[in-house]
Amino acid sequence: MVSFRTWLASVVALSLLGSAVAQADDYLLVIKNHRFEPAELPVPAGKRVKLVIHNQDATAEEFESHDLRREKIIPGNTKASVWVGPLPAGEYGFFGEFHEDTAQGKLIAK
Amino acid sequence: MLGSAVIVFREVLEAALIIAIVLGATRGVAGRGRWVSGGIAAGVLGAVLVAAFAGAIADAVQGRGQELLNAGILLAAVAMLAWHNVWMSAHGRQLAAQMKQVGHDVSAGAKPLSALALVTLLAVLREGSETALFLYSLSASGAGSGSLLLGGVLGLAAGAALGLVIYRGLLAIPIGHFFSITGWLVLLLAAGLAANAAGFLNQAGLLPAITQQVWNSGWLLRQDSWLGTLLHILVGYSDRPMGIQVVFYVVTLVTIYALMRLFGNTGSRTVPAAQPSV
Repeated sequence: MVSFRTWLASVVALSLLGSAVAQADDYLLVIKNHRFEPAELPVPAGKRVKLVIHNQDATAEEFESHDLRREKIIPGNTKASVWVGPLPAGEYGFFGEFHEDTAQGKLIAK
Repeated sequence: MLGSAVIVFREVLEAALIIAIVLGATRGVAGRGRWVSGGIAAGVLGAVLVAAFAGAIADAVQGRGQELLNAGILLAAVAMLAWHNVWMSAHGRQLAAQMKQVGHDVSAGAKPLSALALVTLLAVLREGSETALFLYSLSASGAGSGSLLLGGVLGLAAGAALGLVIYRGLLAIPIGHFFSITGWLVLLLAAGLAANAAGFLNQAGLLPAITQQVWNSGWLLRQDSWLGTLLHILVGYSDRPMGIQVVFYVVTLVTIYALMRLFGNTGSRTVPAAQPSV
């Protein structure tokens, strides 16, 4: 039987590892002047990925993607997280619904 | 201006179509105008509140507030639509017969009306809050307030007009088939909203996708085309649904249908025999 201390140590180690992995999986998208920066964001395929979207405009934007089946309103000057995947390799378009003419981008999963 | 009109139209469309179906489903019921317009007014008020607190809502529940609110609104609407259909399957035939007999509105009691007024409220709340945020966002970005207002009003008017067209189209259905057809419309609408809710619950990380993409019918009909949007609202069409969405759709459809059969009149003729093609 595994001793409690070993068990505790492995839980701590795993959760540290987990948080490290979670941090490594954060991908930042910035909305500025109704454009996404970067407009093309590489992400790993086959993994659940956390997009952190920072809307630096004063106005709200709706992050929307038919390819990723995601829609989320991000009020002005706030950050929001959107989890996507695990994605097969490929390109996934997204856009800002409130400024569709300029706010265009894609995730490139590989 | 035209751009803002199109966006407002798209946001208003879902609420307008749902209200058209609700008005159809309550055809001939005395007092429905008051209930439905009360639902719209309360929905607008709620939408402004939700828009004002959008930041706080988005941050709530570890950043899942918006998804949970959306899923909650959608599932509440599904429950109300289901309840309405079950009630109608028990009383619909009687109601239609009564309407034919007296030739004017009949009193059906406040219960089914309150359920559908709530559906109206929820539809306006969800779509209206996005419209309010969008219009606020435009006015804050310094677009001319005159053209902004005009675009918004145009979009709103176009959405309402399309709702009216759909409603008038519904009224053209002969009364003998009317409630079975609106019953099917409500049933498919509820299933589509449930699938939509499943999408939000998956986005919140609370439900697995099962599979990311069950099929891809985008080559046939893109969901973001106008027809695709219309069918998405009315019957829940999706060109690339997740597994969990298909499960929610089918389970909702089968459950409501079974309840309608269960509570319907014996030998229930109010339940239509033929399923319209989706």
